[in-house]
Amino acid sequence: MAGILNAKIPEGPLDQKWTLHKENLKTVSPANRSRMHIIVVGTGLAGASAAAALGEQGYRVNVFCMGDSPRRAHSVSAQGGINAAKNYRNDNDSVQRLFMDTLKGGDFRSREANVFRLAEVSNAIIDHCVALGVPFARDYAGYLDNRSFGGSQVSRTFYARGQTGQQLLLAAYGALNRQVALGNVTVHCRHQMMDLVVIEGQAKGIITRDMVTGRIEKYPAHAVVLATGGYSNVYFLSTNGMSSNASALVQCWKNGAFFANPGFVQIHPTCIPVHGTHQSKLTLMSESLRNDGRIWVPKDKSLAKRLQEGSLKPSDIPEDERDYYLERRYPAYGNLVPRDVASRAAKERCDAGLGVNKTGKAVFLDFEKALETKGREMIERKYGNLFQMYEKITDENPYKEPMQIFPAMHYTMGGLWVDYNLMTTIKGLFAIGEANFSDHGANRLGASALMQGLADGFFILPYTLPDYLSTKIGELLPEMAHPAFVQASEKVKQRIRNLMEIRGRTPVDDLHRQLGQLMWEHAGIIRSAQGLTETFDGLEVLRERFGKETGIPGSDKTVNQELEKALHLEDFLLLAGLMVRDALHRKESCGGHFRVESQTKDGETLRNDKEFQYVAAWEYKGPGSEPELHKEPLEFRYIHVTERKYK
Amino acid sequence: MHFTLKIWRQAAPRAKGCFEHYAIDQVDGDTSFLEMLDMLNNKLVKENKETIAFDHDCREGICGACGLYINGRPHGPDDGITTCQLYMRRFRDGSEITVEPFRSKAFPVIKDLMVNRNAFDKILQAGGFVSVNTGSAPEAHTTLVSREKAEESMDASSCIGCGACVASCKNGSAMLFVASRVSALSLLPQGKPEASRRARAMVLKMDELGFGSCTNIGTCQMECPKKITVAHIARLNREFLYCKHSDLQE
Repeated sequence: MAGILNAKIPEGPLDQKWTLHKENLKTVSPANRSRMHIIVVGTGLAGASAAAALGEQGYRVNVFCMGDSPRRAHSVSAQGGINAAKNYRNDNDSVQRLFMDTLKGGDFRSREANVFRLAEVSNAIIDHCVALGVPFARDYAGYLDNRSFGGSQVSRTFYARGQTGQQLLLAAYGALNRQVALGNVTVHCRHQMMDLVVIEGQAKGIITRDMVTGRIEKYPAHAVVLATGGYSNVYFLSTNGMSSNASALVQCWKNGAFFANPGFVQIHPTCIPVHGTHQSKLTLMSESLRNDGRIWVPKDKSLAKRLQEGSLKPSDIPEDERDYYLERRYPAYGNLVPRDVASRAAKERCDAGLGVNKTGKAVFLDFEKALETKGREMIERKYGNLFQMYEKITDENPYKEPMQIFPAMHYTMGGLWVDYNLMTTIKGLFAIGEANFSDHGANRLGASALMQGLADGFFILPYTLPDYLSTKIGELLPEMAHPAFVQASEKVKQRIRNLMEIRGRTPVDDLHRQLGQLMWEHAGIIRSAQGLTETFDGLEVLRERFGKETGIPGSDKTVNQELEKALHLEDFLLLAGLMVRDALHRKESCGGHFRVESQTKDGETLRNDKEFQYVAAWEYKGPGSEPELHKEPLEFRYIHVTERKYK
Repeated sequence: MHFTLKIWRQAAPRAKGCFEHYAIDQVDGDTSFLEMLDMLNNKLVKENKETIAFDHDCREGICGACGLYINGRPHGPDDGITTCQLYMRRFRDGSEITVEPFRSKAFPVIKDLMVNRNAFDKILQAGGFVSVNTGSAPEAHTTLVSREKAEESMDASSCIGCGACVASCKNGSAMLFVASRVSALSLLPQGKPEASRRARAMVLKMDELGFGSCTNIGTCQMECPKKITVAHIARLNREFLYCKHSDLQE
C-alpha cells in the first residue's frame, strides 16, 4: 500500500511562508560551526554556491568533484541565461508572475510553496552575482539587459552573451575558491562518490573512489549534500557533458532516499541534429535563438523530399510554401512556446514526412527576417558565438542558410524527493539543484535551471541545513572503523572486482548506446503503454549482456576510464527501469510526459488531475523486487489549476 | 577516411613514456577528433588492450577539460577552437597525426594524454575572486557598468582554463591565464577595490608553482581557443606594478 509523504510545507500565506519559516529555523552558534562537518558532492552552480555559502558561515566543508577542477561541472555549458523577477523592463513582471509562469510551465506537477520561494529569491541571485563580478550584458547607459525565453510573455532573462552558465559558474567557483583559501572548504578533485554511509537512519558520510589511484576512501560528516546534477545521459546521446551520471543519485536511492518523478525528463527542441553512428553527444543551440529565429518546414512533402535529397536549398523555397508551424499553432506565444511543446511539434512535422536534412529528422531555425530587419551586426553581437559553434560543427554558414535543428535529451525534472527544507527521506541527506525534483514539475522553463541551482545553493540550503545541524551539536564524527563505513567500503571494492572480472570484449559505449536508443524510442518525446512495457524486456537483455560481455582492460588501481563508464552504466541500467516504471504508471500526459493514450483532439497533452495530481516517489526494495510507490498529493491553494494553453 | 595516429603513452606520472602507432579507418569527416579517439579506444577494448586516457567532458568547447597537442599545436591546426571542436574533415585522408599531452613543468602528466592542471585552481584560490559574502550584495542597479567595460570584462572572462597558453609558451608561463581573471574583475567596479592585491597574490602564486615568466612572445594569444589577447597581460602588469609601487611607499 502506497504511503503518503509529508513535505513539511510551513503554514501561513504563500508569500509569507518562507519568511515565517526562516524565523522558525534553528541556527548554530559561530563557535560550534567549525566543529560541524558537511560533505557537498558536485561543484556545479548548486554545489559550488552551497559549499561557498556554508564555508562563509564557518562550517567545515569537504567538496567532491569528478573533474580535474570544480570549474568543469556541466553548469558551465548553460548558454542562454538566468531568470529573475526584477521587472527592469516595466513589462509587469513580478514574483507572482514568475511563480505562475514556472508552475504553469511545469504543467501543475511541481510543489506550489517551493516554486514561490524560488521566484522570491530570484532577485537576490542577480544582486549577488553582479557583486561577484559576473559581466552580465548591459545597455549603453550601464543598466542590465534582458531577453525573452520560452513560456513567458515578459523579458526577464539576464545573460552574459551565450555563456551565462560559464560566467555564473566562474562566480560561484570564485566564491568557493575564496573559502578554500580561508581554510573552510577542502576540494577533492577527480573523486567519484561510490556510496552513501547511513548510520541509524542518518546520512553520516560517503565512500569515494580516487579516479587517479583507484583508492577507495571513507569520509565521515554530520550531513551530506548531493548536488550531482541530472541523469539525461541515460539516453547516451544528450546535451549533457560526457561524465554527467546518476551514480550518486542511484546509490542514495538504494540506501533509502525516495526517487521522485523519475520519468519527467526534458527534451530540448533546438539542438544540432544527429549526424552519424559514432556521435558521442548532442550540442544545444540556446533557446534564446528563438527570440529572433523562426521555425519552419515546407508545407509540401515533395519539397521536403527534395530538401532531404539535397536538390533544393532552403532559400529556394518561397515564403508561401513555408509552414511556420509554431506561429500557426500557437499564435499567442509563437516560436517562444515551452520546450516540451516545441519538441513535440517538431517530431510531429518530421513524422508527417516534412522534416528536412539528409535524415528527414530536422526542422529549420531561420534568421532571414531578423538579419533583414535588425542587421547582421546586431545578430552577431547577440548570438555570435552560437552561430560560430554551429558552423564549426556542421560546416554550414547560418548567416546564409537557416540552421537545421532537432530535439535532444537535455534535462531531468525528476530527482531525489526532498521536503521543503531540501532534505531527502534519509535524515541528514540533502539534494539541491537538478539532483532534486521539486521546482520544475513536468517541464522546466528555459533559464530556470541556473536560477534554481543558485537559489538552492546560495539562499535556501544555507538556512535549512543549519536547522538540521542544530540537533547534532556536540556529536562526534563516526570513526572510520565504524562497521557501517567498513561494510560500505568493502561493498564498493567487491563491486569493482566484479566488474573487472567480467573480462568481456564489448565496449561500454556500445551497450550504453543501445540503452540510449531503447529509451529514446519508448521513453522519449512520445510514450505509450505498449512501448514502455516492451522496454522492460529490452532492459533485462541489456543488463544480462552488461554482466557477461563488458570489456574493461587495464587495472582498477590507476586511471581507468572504461571502469568509470561501466560503473555509470550499471547505475543507468537500474535507473532506466525506474524511469520506465514511473512513465508507465502515470497514465496521463503532462508537460514533457506525453502518453499517446491521453491527448486532446488537437494532439495536446491531456492531464488527469483527479487521479494524478501528485508527486510519485519511489522507494527501492532490493534487487529483483519492485520499487514501492509513495505519493505526495499536490495542493494548489493560491492559483487556479487550468489547462495549459499557449495558443 | 583513414589515419595513422602517433600517440603519447605513459602509464603513470613518473613512468617513462613513448609514442605508439595506431591505424584507424572508416572515419567520417563529420566525426570529431575526440569521437575518433573514442573509436580507437573501443577498438582497443575489443582487443583487450588498455585504452588511451584523455580528459574531456562538455564536447562543445566551454568546460576546458580537453586539451591535446595535435601536430605540434595545442588544440590542433585550427584557430579559436578547443580539441573537442576539431573535426576530422580538417585532416588529409591517409595522413599521420601526432597526439601529445599539454607539456609543461607545472602540468605533470597523470597518464597518457591526461595532465594535472591543479596549479590553475591554486592560482585562482590565491585571489581570483571578489570577496563578498552571500547576502550582503546591494541591489544590482546600484552600480552601473558601461557597456564597453562589461564587454571587455566578458572578453577576458571567456577563459576556460584549458592551459593551451601555458602549453604553447616556450617559458611555460601562465600570464595569459592569470591576466584574463585579473582583467575581467578589475574592469568592473565590483572587482576594483581588490584589483592590485589580487594581481600581486596571483602572480606570486604563479611563480611559486613553477610557471615561467612572460617574455612577450605572444604564442599564448595565437593559441588561445577563446582568442583572449595579450592586452590583458598589459592590464595585469599595470595592476601588479601599482601594488609594488604602493608597497615601496609604505
